Amino acid sequence: MDALAIAAGDGYVAGAYIVFLTLILSYLAIMAYKLSRIEREVVEIADIVEGRDRPVEAKPARAKEPVA
Amino acid sequence: MLTTGFALAFFYAPVDADQGIIQKIFYVHVPLAIVALCGFVAGGIFGAMHLRTRDARWDMRSYVVIHLSIVLAVGVLITGSIWARASWGQWFVWDEPMLVVFLIVFLLYATYQPLRFSIEDREKQARYASVFAVTAGAFVPLCFGAVRMAENLTHPQAATMTTSGPASVTTTFLVSLVGMGLLFVTLCKYEMASKNATAKLRSLRRRLAGDDDFVSTAGRSAAPQL
Repeated sequence: MDALAIAAGDGYVAGAYIVFLTLILSYLAIMAYKLSRIEREVVEIADIVEGRDRPVEAKPARAKEPVA
Repeated sequence: MLTTGFALAFFYAPVDADQGIIQKIFYVHVPLAIVALCGFVAGGIFGAMHLRTRDARWDMRSYVVIHLSIVLAVGVLITGSIWARASWGQWFVWDEPMLVVFLIVFLLYATYQPLRFSIEDREKQARYASVFAVTAGAFVPLCFGAVRMAENLTHPQAATMTTSGPASVTTTFLVSLVGMGLLFVTLCKYEMASKNATAKLRSLRRRLAGDDDFVSTAGRSAAPQL
């Protein structure tokens, strides 16, 4: 009878700890998704900045050609 | 730290003579509850700092702390219900003041996000949310203090666990509590870093697009903007 009671109690204890773990993991998963979105935006902005800088860098290189 | 606390709960702390193995739920339930309630109070303090300094970073801190405390409060209610079912045979007992007060506090804070979302003006949103955080933050210790000072309770007290139990129970409880506190602080810093990065990105986008012709693509949000 005691063994049965402990076995039933085990389920509740495991349930409580699993709930806690699930909660924390869900939170971390949502945060990880948000971080990946931030990463995508950083890449997007870096591409925009690179696209802006490219023509400015190209001009002096052309000017040097006749001298050589 | 938290893993150590849980390991101690299962392998070091003795099985309670009265409640049996279900008492081990307390090593997750009680630290969760204490940290969540402290988070609500901390949210009130940060809200007061925001009202005093008008610095948006305090509003951000208040928002993050309250947001995380609500998540932990969900855990408190579920683990508490599991314990109540195992111990009392019912998922929720309406004549138990501690449970009802915690539910009221949870429902009160559940309105925090909709309140923020309902206010479009960012300045007003931050100010009203801070007022809410201060009022509700003061309400928390008041409520639980009143319940503690009231009649004898059937709900087990955290103080009984730490003072009247064996040393192994006290040690395990304290390790779990410190671990939960550290987890809370870590997750807060994680969310703050994410929010700050989002704010910086938005500001960069604005600068790239030119301040005058920038049209924000972000919709209405409950989260504060720096």
